[in-house]
Amino acid sequence: MRIEIVKRPQHSALFSALSPFIALFLTLIAGAILFSILGKNPVSALYSYFIEPLTEVWSIHELLVKAAPLILIAVGLSVCFLSNNWNIGAEGQLIAGGIAGSILPVMFPDMQGWYVLPVMLLLGMAGGMAYATIPAFLKVRFNTNEILTSLMLVYVAQLFLDWLVRGPWRNPQGYNFPETVQFNASAILPEISSASGRAHWGFILALIAALLVWFMLSRTLNGYEIKVLGRSSRAGRFAGFSAGRLTFFAFLISGALAGLAGIAEVSGAVGQLRTSISPGYGFTAIIVAFLGRLNPLGIIAAGLVLALSYLGGEAAQISLGISEKSARIFQGIILFFVLASDTLIYYRIRIVSRAGDAVAKGA
Amino acid sequence: MKKLILALTMAASFAVAGAAHAQEKLKVGFIYIGPPGDFGWTYQHDQGRKELEKALGDKVETTFLENVPEGADAERSIERLARAGNKLIFTTSFGYMDATVKVAQKFPDVKFEHATGYKTADNVAVYNSRFYEGRYVQGVIAAKLSKTGVAGYIGSFPIPEVVQGINSFMLGAQSVNPDFKIKVIWANSWFDPAKEADAAKALVDQGVDIITQHTDSTAPMQVAAERKIKAFGQASDMIKFGPETQLTSIVDNWGPYYIERAKAVLDGSWKTHNVFEGMHEGLVVMAPYTNMPDDVKKLAEETQAKITSGELKPFTGPIKKQDGSEWLKAGETADDKTILGMNFYVAGVDDKLPQ
Repeated sequence: MRIEIVKRPQHSALFSALSPFIALFLTLIAGAILFSILGKNPVSALYSYFIEPLTEVWSIHELLVKAAPLILIAVGLSVCFLSNNWNIGAEGQLIAGGIAGSILPVMFPDMQGWYVLPVMLLLGMAGGMAYATIPAFLKVRFNTNEILTSLMLVYVAQLFLDWLVRGPWRNPQGYNFPETVQFNASAILPEISSASGRAHWGFILALIAALLVWFMLSRTLNGYEIKVLGRSSRAGRFAGFSAGRLTFFAFLISGALAGLAGIAEVSGAVGQLRTSISPGYGFTAIIVAFLGRLNPLGIIAAGLVLALSYLGGEAAQISLGISEKSARIFQGIILFFVLASDTLIYYRIRIVSRAGDAVAKGA
Repeated sequence: MKKLILALTMAASFAVAGAAHAQEKLKVGFIYIGPPGDFGWTYQHDQGRKELEKALGDKVETTFLENVPEGADAERSIERLARAGNKLIFTTSFGYMDATVKVAQKFPDVKFEHATGYKTADNVAVYNSRFYEGRYVQGVIAAKLSKTGVAGYIGSFPIPEVVQGINSFMLGAQSVNPDFKIKVIWANSWFDPAKEADAAKALVDQGVDIITQHTDSTAPMQVAAERKIKAFGQASDMIKFGPETQLTSIVDNWGPYYIERAKAVLDGSWKTHNVFEGMHEGLVVMAPYTNMPDDVKKLAEETQAKITSGELKPFTGPIKKQDGSEWLKAGETADDKTILGMNFYVAGVDDKLPQ
């Protein structure tokens, strides 16, 4: 007996629309079971996970802080994934952007003025772009597998950052701790409304990026080209589109947005470079991109949902005393159901018995 | 009459109970860098938290957040504890310093206590421990027992707290064997069992026969046990992980400090300060001296007693820096400012301090 996953000839529009709700429903049930086993009241556990973070203004700010890099990166990745370019190295491009953007405040801390921040953001984008060019070039020129090259470049970027903040860029007054100087005020991405919370302009940048990419994908020839080449490179070639040029284009866009996310995080949320500037946003954003079905507007929603699951996990640790591990498991359960529901709309599971006759099992 | 008295006593006891209930519990929050199950640094802070709960009973209520990364997430986690009504918050890793100070500005009526840092404010106190006093005792033991004359040292980050430990260990060892050597490997993490284990293996392969660590997991102790060499535990008594391996361990005894500070908040006497306490105050405790001959044990106990009484200060001259220049003249002792900012090795350490 074996289990096969078979593509459905056509997927149900009804279930496509219902999918997120089915996933939510299943998550709630599984969560209730999980929390009951842990001896917690399931209703209050689910409340602190999904509702509590939204009941206070400061917490909503934190949600935006957490969602901003996820959305920025995932929007860029959607261009890559739609065009069949598998950029797994957004984390590295984020770090490259964070480093390039920090050149001004770290090396020229006396430079102050309105122009500092825009230059930093541009340098951040340029850094991410430059770093993303490497796997793009290797793919176009040598037909290298971009999944491997982009992923491995993440480690290179992480170690380079580590070396920088331990060595040449270390804060001389920092008691040897591996971190750069604190950025001066003109190098800090301002908060949207500092009286009520910490959310900075990174989130606004994420929204703008999502809208621009959405417009490009759905309303321009460029977007059409991305989709055609992504679905069938042969058809794209007949239409006169160049796959190599598109690979560069997709990597540059996603690199720029990941770099922007990096410098926005460094300048808005952290205020200095440290050995680690991201808790894996570049990888989580891959999930966000697919959760949002590679649609920039969907990605905004998906980024907020994923950010909520982080904050909810923390809220549950405090209000219920569940451990950080249980909170993470629950986050995993959410993703499992959401992605499984989505998959089962396009595919069905077929159990093939030894005799060879297939018994179809729908979802 | 009897009934009346009974009624009155009951009424009185209810009133008292009511009054006790009306006095609000002090909520105390903790931020941990690792999981309480690391059996090292965080475990020991969590033991302190439990002692606090035990000592003050229903006057306090504690919560903690574990595995909080230093950086952007720390600020949110600390703020969350403050918003959840915690009036006293302990942030228990060096890297939370700036986040603690930032959040403290927003919550002037909440008291913050940051471990091992150097930035204070009206509502931010700093507490630190002279772990290096225990390292000196370890150095003495290591030099007595080591056959190769080389000890391995697994460091976390090259910050003063860790450098103090390496230097103090070296000085303790040199007091027994002037030619003693230390090899250092940096794990670049506070808690990473895999990296710590690799570092321990590499050190053993380089010929060290005693290992000491300034990282938080029990992995180095376990590697030492496998390779049948001796090791010192860190932050907590790790004897369970090396019954025939552990010589002693520096045990961070935070409980009394946490109880004292919570009491101070309760009676309104809390003030900011920057304390740096060690064996004398009971913050640094040595686990039982095991797996060593009696004469070494006796010497270790004597050394510990001298440090506790203040007769022996580890950083007392003559001491040369690694580059051969003089640091302290004979009889001169280092002041706390120099100790807290220490970023150089003393002579004899076989490593280049990452600068």
